[in-house]
Amino acid sequence: MYLTKEEERILNGEFGEGTRKAMELLVAIGDAYDAERMIPISRAHAASSGQEGDLYFVELLANGGAHCRVPTSTNPVYDVEYFDSLFEIPKDEAEVARRVMEAYKRVGAILSWSCIPYMAENIPLYGETVAFSESSATPYVNSVIGARTNREAAQSALAAGVIGKTPEYGLHLKENRKGTHLVKVEAVLKDEFDYTLLGYYVGKKIGYGVPVMTGISRRPNTEELINFCAMSNVPGAISMFYIPGFTVEASTVEESFQGDVPKDKITVTDHELKQAHDELQTTSGKIDFVMLGCPHYTLKQVGEVARLLNGKKIYDGVSFWVCTSATAKVLAERIGYVDVIERAGGRVVVDTCIDEPCWIVYKDKVGMTDSPKCAYYRRFKEVIVARLQDCVEAAVKGKWG
Amino acid sequence: MKALEITLKCHKIVGGYGEGEALVSREPICFYLTDPKTGVVRERSHELAGKSLTNKVLVFPSGKASSVVQIDGLFKLASNNAAPKALIVKDVETVLIVSAFLVKVPLVDRLEKDPFEIIRTGDFVRVDAEKCRVTITRK
Repeated sequence: MYLTKEEERILNGEFGEGTRKAMELLVAIGDAYDAERMIPISRAHAASSGQEGDLYFVELLANGGAHCRVPTSTNPVYDVEYFDSLFEIPKDEAEVARRVMEAYKRVGAILSWSCIPYMAENIPLYGETVAFSESSATPYVNSVIGARTNREAAQSALAAGVIGKTPEYGLHLKENRKGTHLVKVEAVLKDEFDYTLLGYYVGKKIGYGVPVMTGISRRPNTEELINFCAMSNVPGAISMFYIPGFTVEASTVEESFQGDVPKDKITVTDHELKQAHDELQTTSGKIDFVMLGCPHYTLKQVGEVARLLNGKKIYDGVSFWVCTSATAKVLAERIGYVDVIERAGGRVVVDTCIDEPCWIVYKDKVGMTDSPKCAYYRRFKEVIVARLQDCVEAAVKGKWG
Repeated sequence: MKALEITLKCHKIVGGYGEGEALVSREPICFYLTDPKTGVVRERSHELAGKSLTNKVLVFPSGKASSVVQIDGLFKLASNNAAPKALIVKDVETVLIVSAFLVKVPLVDRLEKDPFEIIRTGDFVRVDAEKCRVTITRK
């Protein structure tokens, strides 16, 4: 890969050890992809996780004096004091989380701790070159917004944020943004959960590729698109997709494929969605907790939970959690959603994710969620995946099915 | 009987040298879904379910699952000396490159022949990423 004089100097350590490490990683990636050069980015999103691998790299950079050159937001970790007061977080785990959050602060990141930064804290525009990690944010930014990012790791996104550049490869090049699979959607998509199932099914079926979906007649809303993005990256790796007519980059199927023929064609009917849903119904009976907000619920979704819980009481012994972003929670409090949810016995929590060690108390418990992503990483004994309305109903009854 | 030995050129992604018994997976791999101490794949429906990746030369199509968990998974394995010795892939992706870069496990792609046709589980494989060379020995 060609490096400018300044880039060479960074790599030689003239701007400090932390910046050198960031550059070293970007050059390794560039060389792996035979990138010709580095290109400037305007923003980044580092999918911080508060776990050991994350800690290692962010401290390497922070301790080496690195500082973000472009706005770089962060993914959820967790509020150690809050969760420790509830559950007693193991000391070593808590220490890792504290150090991670402190190191991101030192490196000059936007401490948003949310997996949906494109909703409020760090919003790219059409055509912007960015480096967004978080497997659900990558396809959203590429497909819904039409900015350009590769499927970054937390570390490569952070390194890009520090250098203000990324190697030019993959989805930064138009020819790599063309569709690979034609997906004929014959199923009727009624709500957000249908997009969850569609994402899960398409991700599983295609694995790695750029699906172009036809047959969707109603304009999908923000939350439906967020769900598709998140769930298609649970069993698969979908960094870009097209719904011609609704997503921004191509207005027709032909344009989506850039004149090429699809590698494969699949059809999704109601039957496939039902099958996907059945596969996720691992058990029934008594439940211990309900976990919502994977990815983080938007303000609208928090409002929907409040509407469903209004005047109801969550069953004794069932914990009810709604994960959202700090910015959405401020508004949810102001509007009164949080109050309604808390009166019913639920909690709205910010800065965290179901995949954080703060939930260790539910390790041997049975839970329910509307997110296959939440269920997939197996932090819990069993997690039943169902529609939000069903999760709320089960929380009130204390059981499912 | 004389052992069969083949040497193939490859493309270096993360440098270094690693050798060990081959473990071939036709399915993508998520390191987070392995036991961090024993390297045993605990993803129920995976073709390698119950098998350990530790000290193996892993041949697989690509990585999968979220960017966050993949790196932590490989990092935990490496901290416990339970990581694979080298990685041979068909489709490279950024998250996998970063994972291997951080824990310093050699990673190569673009073997001059399809690795799934040449390498079988149990073969002895030496990956010399620096010299862009993979040597396969079958007894």
